Amino acid sequence: MTENGHQLEAVIGLEIHVQLATKTKMFCGCELSFGDEPNVHTCPVCLAHPGVLPVVNEQAILYALQIAAALECEVAPRSIFHRKNYFYPDSPKAYQISQYDIPIAGAGRLGDVRIHRAHLEEDAAKMIHVGESGRIHGSGASLVDFNRGGTPLVEIVTEPDLRGAAEAAEWARLLRETVRQLGVSDVNMEEGSLRVDANVSVRPAGSEELGTKTELKNMNSFRFLQRGVEAELQRQRELIAAGGTVEQETLHFDPAGGSLTSLRSKEEAHDYRYFPEPDLVPIAPTEAMLREARESLPELPAARIERYVGDGLSKDVAAVLATDPDTAAYFEQTAAASGVEAKTVANWVTGELAAALRQSEAETSAADSKVTPDSLAALIGMVAEKKISHGSGKTVLAAMVAEGGDPAAIVDREGLAQISSDDGELAAIVAAAIEANPAAAEQIRAGNGKAIGAIVGTVMRETKGRADGGEVNRLIREQLGL
Amino acid sequence: MKELLELTVAEAAARIAATELSAAEYFSAWREAAAGDELNAYLSRVEHPLDHQDMEGPLGGIPVAVKDIFCTEGTPTTAGSRILEGYIPPYTAAAVRRLDEAGARVLGKTNMDEFAMGSSNENSGYGPVLNPWDRGRVPGGSSGGSAAAVAGGLAPCALGTDTGGSIRQPASLCGIVGLKPTYGAISRYGMIAFASSLDQCGPLTRDVTDAALLLAVMEGRDPCDSTSVGIEGGIVAPSREDLKGLRFGVPRQLDGDSFEAGVRKTFEATLARIEALGGEIAEIGLPSAEHGISAYYVIAPAEASSNLARYDGVRYGMRSGGDGDLLEMYETTRAEGFGTEVKRRIMLGTYALSSGYYDAYYGQAQKVRTRIAEDFSTAFETIDFVVTPTSPSVAFGLGEKTADPLEMYLNDFFTVPMSLAGIPAISIPAGLAEPEGGGKRLPVGFQIAAPAFAEQKLLEASYALEQAIGFDSRPEGVGD
Repeated sequence: MTENGHQLEAVIGLEIHVQLATKTKMFCGCELSFGDEPNVHTCPVCLAHPGVLPVVNEQAILYALQIAAALECEVAPRSIFHRKNYFYPDSPKAYQISQYDIPIAGAGRLGDVRIHRAHLEEDAAKMIHVGESGRIHGSGASLVDFNRGGTPLVEIVTEPDLRGAAEAAEWARLLRETVRQLGVSDVNMEEGSLRVDANVSVRPAGSEELGTKTELKNMNSFRFLQRGVEAELQRQRELIAAGGTVEQETLHFDPAGGSLTSLRSKEEAHDYRYFPEPDLVPIAPTEAMLREARESLPELPAARIERYVGDGLSKDVAAVLATDPDTAAYFEQTAAASGVEAKTVANWVTGELAAALRQSEAETSAADSKVTPDSLAALIGMVAEKKISHGSGKTVLAAMVAEGGDPAAIVDREGLAQISSDDGELAAIVAAAIEANPAAAEQIRAGNGKAIGAIVGTVMRETKGRADGGEVNRLIREQLGL
Repeated sequence: MKELLELTVAEAAARIAATELSAAEYFSAWREAAAGDELNAYLSRVEHPLDHQDMEGPLGGIPVAVKDIFCTEGTPTTAGSRILEGYIPPYTAAAVRRLDEAGARVLGKTNMDEFAMGSSNENSGYGPVLNPWDRGRVPGGSSGGSAAAVAGGLAPCALGTDTGGSIRQPASLCGIVGLKPTYGAISRYGMIAFASSLDQCGPLTRDVTDAALLLAVMEGRDPCDSTSVGIEGGIVAPSREDLKGLRFGVPRQLDGDSFEAGVRKTFEATLARIEALGGEIAEIGLPSAEHGISAYYVIAPAEASSNLARYDGVRYGMRSGGDGDLLEMYETTRAEGFGTEVKRRIMLGTYALSSGYYDAYYGQAQKVRTRIAEDFSTAFETIDFVVTPTSPSVAFGLGEKTADPLEMYLNDFFTVPMSLAGIPAISIPAGLAEPEGGGKRLPVGFQIAAPAFAEQKLLEASYALEQAIGFDSRPEGVGD
């Protein structure tokens, strides 16, 4: 991966199309639907009959403003629509109404990635190519389903701030969760309500200049996004290593084989002949609309991650807990009920509980599991107060994952309560263990501290792990007169 | 029967409302008259007599000839193009719906230049319309069928559309009244788009009062057209009898060479009448107006190239060729479906919007447009109206200008600036004049333009002037 000895750095930007979950289409009153019989949600406007005019969906503007607020974008005081002209049967007007030089939302940020812009537009109709491949090449006929045509879209374009395929996929997940939590889209990649294209290039590490980019399309899952970008990065690096140059082109990712095929080169790029849409007036959001958008925002993953880090969590653990709102709520309820510091609770949720859930056959998330936040909090409390050992805690947790229930009851039932040092029971067991390991006792007395392990092991076996390790150590030393 | 056809719309509506006249009888008389169309003014006519049930409203029972650019549910609508042959819209245009709600009924759909592109009606895919004053001459365009129908006694009133003069110029050439309202006064919903930022619907009528009556019914904000706003305060029948205290601006740039001697003479006589009515004539500057034609013939074709892209043979209208090949089907359909002028403008517009040319053409034309609008605003600070001849000539001969598109485009010289500025303008008949080279005397139109949404004021002044002119000439055989 070197070019004249330089590392080639990946430079990735994403373009994300988000279908808005409005009741009706972007420019007409037709109902939005998915999976209905073809061509039932159509009207003269979305079929582009002669003489019809578009009217902007107000809800779509409000949703776009919410997205803009969530991505901390600057909102244009007056944004305008343009026509993007091209001939294809999925575009009945032969132009798409989109935004061009003055989008509704300008510069913003999500996590570590800067947002270049976000704009409103309409989706194309769905083409169904009859034939085995499902693609236009080699198909005998093509059908058009106009149900999807005119669905409101927000296109979000990032700056080229991502430096790897995995990082790109991870950030795209964060974006999806953010949009999902706004409630403005179903963000379902398989159904196409969230579509991610990637602009990929490489450059010598440390260089400020951007290399020639290619655009990757059709990656309909985060896994495919990562694989597609990985494949393209490798292709570009090998090409440059072999003395070649990257050509600007649009590539189609084939999830089955993981291969990339060229859709069109720069020379074949369309001239869309953009010009301002004369049928629409500018979008000028009022102060009230902007306020409504800001105030409607729930706490979003990026902000929550920051808050958790402030509570003492590591960034990675915070990201695991904060991204999904249900997991976040579970964590916060547990922490509140336990009275133990957040970091300890976080480690239980992302460590012990996650492991126990993985090992069980239930395959649910923490929030959906039989372990309630209150019961987990009680368990963590018992361990913290040394009522049970950490090892016993894991045993109890496994039982809670399997059958639910109160941890104290499980501890009682299983006899897992820590053996108290107050009534002399533990001291007696320790004394017996010393007696059973005279050689070890002799070595300890002689100053070999490591030999204590044999005696501790005997105590633990004897107590089935119910003794507190620290207390056992203290008693052994006390009884040996050290 | 003849007598019924002599009534103006306002007179007929009043008699019907007072039950002095049967709406059905009146409508039948017009159906019969329309059936005698020898001018090729109509592309289709209503097949049934009037339904007696719904005569309510200010236009109860009034027949209206509607330019075939308005979609009418269930009846063929072609916009004068072969590419829409057989197309039957599933909905009705907002302006026609408003007329319908006022009790008016569509009498027929009128011929026009294909997609409203033309100034002679010779660009129709269904043959030219003949001028009722002289069947060897054109009626003007693009609302030529509507103008010829009203002037030729085939309809009491008509709807047209005006993008760069398409109501005013044929009204002028046919000796009737044609009003282009302010852009946004009447909904464009259902009006087949030519150039969306310029298109505006308006009435073609026998007199100013009828124009006011139709405008009053049609104007208004329409939720289906985001660019519509309506006219604040609405429109009432005009009644003004003088022009005292009103200032009429004549653009300094009007020189004698740009229009026919007969037109000039009539224009000057009309200015004298204005003064006789107490109005004041002032010279004004509209320095950018002379670039209007150049800007117009970039902007309008650019928008048209996009608006007409939907006629691709996929969903409705004509489809030709392809045999399984999409691109070939697109090309064959559009090659066969569109006429020469439409193709010319699509090519012009596509070029003007192309990457690398946009700024030089479309961008530049928009700047000119802004300047023209500013010129008018400046002028209206000191005057009330701008007046010009409507057309540089009286009706010209069929085929006379078809060989030279630029010569044809110059017909719009006086009307295009108002369209670019979006302001209202009316053409009223001012007299008859001999064509250049002699021959039968033909109508000359007088154009009056007003500030945006000042339609009522415009109609009042036009009414006063109309009364003073007393134009009552009709084509031979009409109204005798």
